[in-house]
Amino acid sequence: MHIYLDNAATTKMSKAAIEAMLPYMDTVYGNPSSLHSAGQRANEALAESRERIAKQLGCDAQEITFTSGGSEADNQAIISAARIGEKKGKKHIISTAFEHHAVLHTLNKLEKEGFEITLLDVHENGIVLPEQVANAIREDTCLVTVMYANNEIGTIQPIKEIGQICRENGVLFHTDAVQAAGHLRIDVKEQNIDMLSLSAHKFHGPKGIGALYAKKGVRLTGLIEGGAQERGKRAGTENIPAIVGMAAALEEACAHIDNSARKMTALRDRLIAGISEIPHSVLNGDAKKRLPGNVNFCFEGIEGESLLLLLDDKGICASSGSACTSGSLDPSHVLLAIGRIHDIAHGSLRLTLSEENTQEEIEYTINAVKEVVAYLRSISPVWRDLVSGKKEFIIK
Amino acid sequence: MALYSDKVMDHFRNPRNVGVIEDADGIGEVGNAKCGDIMKIYLKIENDIIVDVKFETFGCGSAIASSSMATELIKGKPVSQALELTNKAVVEALDGLPAHKLHCSVLAEEAIKAALKDYYDKNGIEYDHSQFPDCESCGHCCEV
Repeated sequence: MHIYLDNAATTKMSKAAIEAMLPYMDTVYGNPSSLHSAGQRANEALAESRERIAKQLGCDAQEITFTSGGSEADNQAIISAARIGEKKGKKHIISTAFEHHAVLHTLNKLEKEGFEITLLDVHENGIVLPEQVANAIREDTCLVTVMYANNEIGTIQPIKEIGQICRENGVLFHTDAVQAAGHLRIDVKEQNIDMLSLSAHKFHGPKGIGALYAKKGVRLTGLIEGGAQERGKRAGTENIPAIVGMAAALEEACAHIDNSARKMTALRDRLIAGISEIPHSVLNGDAKKRLPGNVNFCFEGIEGESLLLLLDDKGICASSGSACTSGSLDPSHVLLAIGRIHDIAHGSLRLTLSEENTQEEIEYTINAVKEVVAYLRSISPVWRDLVSGKKEFIIK
Repeated sequence: MALYSDKVMDHFRNPRNVGVIEDADGIGEVGNAKCGDIMKIYLKIENDIIVDVKFETFGCGSAIASSSMATELIKGKPVSQALELTNKAVVEALDGLPAHKLHCSVLAEEAIKAALKDYYDKNGIEYDHSQFPDCESCGHCCEV
């Protein structure tokens, strides 16, 4: 049994993406900057891919810059907005407490440079309110950056409404849409988005490629010096096979976005219902306003890494926000941001679906999670103290 | 997973000496839930020999494996020998631990020391206090 439930980490490449890429590794291998016909054929593929990606986002091709992935796109968007802002003496940025580290660490860097950062609370349901953004905007705010959907708990943010508030206040609005692209409908114009980051490997495209949408007129700051690729905003020979693969993957994902969302939502809700039967467990993030493929639970009295290892033994690939899996001493900042205390956050489990998952896999997983949680609790001194009444349950 | 040695995975998957000793002569509990690991060791001691040992652990794979291995290393041994158990011996017996998991072996050493100290205290046995560290936890997250 091999059940892959870690699609928020990365996805399997689609056949369409692989097939689209192959010619660009084999026959069309020219450098798009070269004048000869081999180079020009690659250049055509680059232009065509840019068009195809722009179409899926509702923007113009010139508004797309290819990057090495979501992290680079996030970095470039934020740094660019900060440079635009500081020229006008605006050095205040608004974001949320549970952004991806690509955003949070970039903001930390700017804070050291003298920017002021406001991180909005995301409440227990993991959703920021547009009013919070409106209340936080100041005269010197140069950027609002709020993720489209959270990578750990999958909660979907009110992007259009936040974008509207930013428009009204003349503040740039960036959204990290790495988890949303290819899974939720995006229209940057309709949703008032000025900048948006995406990453191909989250929607069955190749790794190491992403894109930054920046509205016409938003001047990007290059992070990598070198040649004049990407209109001088991102040096380095373009990764043509990956770019072509990303375009194919995004097109395919968007073509049946509603069908796959419907299918995944049904599996997700069954998974949530099944796992909820485990006593003293809690779903993290809003039950409905979440990505169709995201399930995230905390279980009291156990630790997440041992849970993952035992699930792996049963053929299930999952993820956790425990400190042991994060490589730091603290558990997931996302779980802490929604008010889960350390003791509880260590016992978290994230299961993220793709449309390839089956009903059968979901039933098997529910049983496996129940078994493993019960076993780990049976050897846990914390659980013993809770059951004996020596300590009080935190998750009722 | 290549994160851990086969020995670690074996002790994690099939932990030895899991459980509770109801009439234990010494009990030691170290770590805290905030850090994500707690170990509890129960000792049965007769004529200065550890005749039985059980453990309960809340923690990651290496925490469970470290507790299991530590209990194996002291079972049937005289108390004086158990006191000399080091985290290094636990790590070696497990064929190594990743650097960021070494604290789990420290926790195992400290859990056993805490249980032995409890045994001494309960029985009014004199001992050298310097043998036992002040910090009841592993120390790795005291600053949290």
